[in-house]
Amino acid sequence: MSRDDVRRTMVGRGIPLPGNDIDTDRIIPARFLKSVTFEGLEAHVFADDRTQNPDHPFNEDRYQGAAILVVGVNFGCGSSREHAPEALRRWGIRGIVGESFGEIFFGNCTALGVPCLTAEVADVRWLMDAVARQPGREIVLDLEKGEVRFGDRTIAAAIPDGARRQLVTGTWNATGVLLEAGEAIERVARSLPYIRGF
Amino acid sequence: MAETLLDKVWRAHTVRVLPSGQTQLFIGLHLIHEVTTPQAFQMLREAGLKVRFPERTFATIDHIVPTASQARPFGDRLAEEMAVHLVRNCKEFGVPLFDLDSGRQGIVHVIGPELGLTQPGTTIACGDSHTATHGALGALAFGVGTSQVRDVLATQCLALPKPKLRQIRVEGRLARGVYAKDVILTIIQRLGVKGGVGYAYEYGGSAVAAMSMEERLTICNMSIEGGARAGYVNPDATTFAYLRGRPFAPQGEAFDRALQWWKGMATEPGASFDDVVALDAGAIQPVVTWGINPGQSVGVRDPIPDPAEASETDRAAWAEALTFMGFQSGRPIAGTRIDVAFIGSCTNARLSDLRAAAAVAKGRKVATGVRALVVPGSQAVAAAAEAEGLHDVFLAAGFEWRKAGCSLCLGMNEDKLTGREICASSSNRNFKGRQGSPLGRTLLMSPAMVAAAAVSGQVVDVRELLT
Ligand code: SF4
Repeated sequence: MSRDDVRRTMVGRGIPLPGNDIDTDRIIPARFLKSVTFEGLEAHVFADDRTQNPDHPFNEDRYQGAAILVVGVNFGCGSSREHAPEALRRWGIRGIVGESFGEIFFGNCTALGVPCLTAEVADVRWLMDAVARQPGREIVLDLEKGEVRFGDRTIAAAIPDGARRQLVTGTWNATGVLLEAGEAIERVARSLPYIRGF
Repeated sequence: MAETLLDKVWRAHTVRVLPSGQTQLFIGLHLIHEVTTPQAFQMLREAGLKVRFPERTFATIDHIVPTASQARPFGDRLAEEMAVHLVRNCKEFGVPLFDLDSGRQGIVHVIGPELGLTQPGTTIACGDSHTATHGALGALAFGVGTSQVRDVLATQCLALPKPKLRQIRVEGRLARGVYAKDVILTIIQRLGVKGGVGYAYEYGGSAVAAMSMEERLTICNMSIEGGARAGYVNPDATTFAYLRGRPFAPQGEAFDRALQWWKGMATEPGASFDDVVALDAGAIQPVVTWGINPGQSVGVRDPIPDPAEASETDRAAWAEALTFMGFQSGRPIAGTRIDVAFIGSCTNARLSDLRAAAAVAKGRKVATGVRALVVPGSQAVAAAAEAEGLHDVFLAAGFEWRKAGCSLCLGMNEDKLTGREICASSSNRNFKGRQGSPLGRTLLMSPAMVAAAAVSGQVVDVRELLT
């Protein structure tokens, strides 16, 4: 872990994206997965939604350079493609606040150091409206206090404890932490009859 | 205290509790494919790491393969590049690959069970959200993203919080013309597409107990469509009979020892759950989706619902779905004209699915103007279907008979919808743009219902065609 990996607060201008159950096929359609790297994915984030809707927030000038995405219910449901959070991250998203998240998407975001916080419906709606009124103003996601601040208002925002600890301690890239178990991994393997061959 | 399969598998595979409070869970089987792994192998290379348990890792190629002809090099340059990378990565890291010339290639969630790799009481990971499929054999199987694929390659472990457990009991008997697909679509409609977030689903009850392994695979496959990352059925006599003799299942006396261990991993009577939901199997109808997520469905004889009846949370999504689909609430879903019929995917492209579809297609013709394709889930499924002449039934009826792959489930190969085409599909996702055309429309249903729609040119109740 390095100090750059610590995610205690995420600060940046907001971009509201209303709508529920926005799946990862919409975040990044499958045809853009035909690559052996994640490079360039930012150009295709919400590709079809943006074509179909010229007023899509990701098309709007005032939200260019935003870093905090505000979403509704069950954002990122569907496919496990990490291309979805990668596309968002490469576009510039550093943190997400929403009503709820698809579970695999949440895990993928955490693994990329992008915190996803959940807040109450009314608070999320308020935040979407407030950001739309003041797109130049910064949002603060505070993982340690479990809150989101915008202007003079603070709303409660939660993140499951395990992910929160990974993010605030900068250990969200799990490989290193998992490797620390060393031989204990092989010990568990040997204890399992199906690994031993019964 | 009586324990669940989840409890037992979790404990047996726990390496340690991590500082984050999550569990470091040992993964007994890692299945990989070409789309979600090239970046993970690259990360391994950059970190100077090896694959920790190459003998517990198996690869196949499924998402990008053309299904008309599978001759290499593929016509699509990008698809070819992905295939080249997969072969190279598997070779460099010592991972066995079920390649196109192996006779064992197929959709990752079809070949795992088919080869006997998927076994009760084990943990499984795959960089694919439908990994819960393998839970049908009593495994705890998780869909993961590319970073976690890297974690498993490097450490054979995942960092995970233990999920809560919901038991879903389906009691009674399914009516004729009602299939496992209708059961899982009904469950998702009932509990919602995010009802399972934070949960694993244990499917049980007399209807599930009576199901074949292939039907259970269909049920578990769509767990993620209900928000649950994992779903399983307790291993029983059906499971053991299915596994006996499969290439990677234990053989001879080892099989008997395995059987004892497998039995011991099942949920014990009296175990408690975080939640229990019961469904009456007899009340389930053939189901068709009318919207843009798998929870938006109705019985084939029911009208398309009105957003005014939706909960406040769902109202806007229902309205958006109707607009996208060009459907009107109050109208019956039956009678909807279709352009394409797709029988395939990890949900419904096994032998029993093809048999059910062929029974409907037999002696009938695909309606004029409908493009119909059957894409077997694996090379083994294709061979078995051909051995009993199912391909002839489909070809005579005017269906295309293809090679194994994901195909039109996600439209990463040449098989795509065009424009606003409507597809009757046995796959698992009806998301906007899912089948390759940004405006394409998907109606999810059972394979028999797809065959019925193909020969009728419109959505019909398959029960009217079953003699
Ligand atoms: S068949 Fe469809 S859902 Fe299944 S693994 Fe392939 S693309 Fe994914």
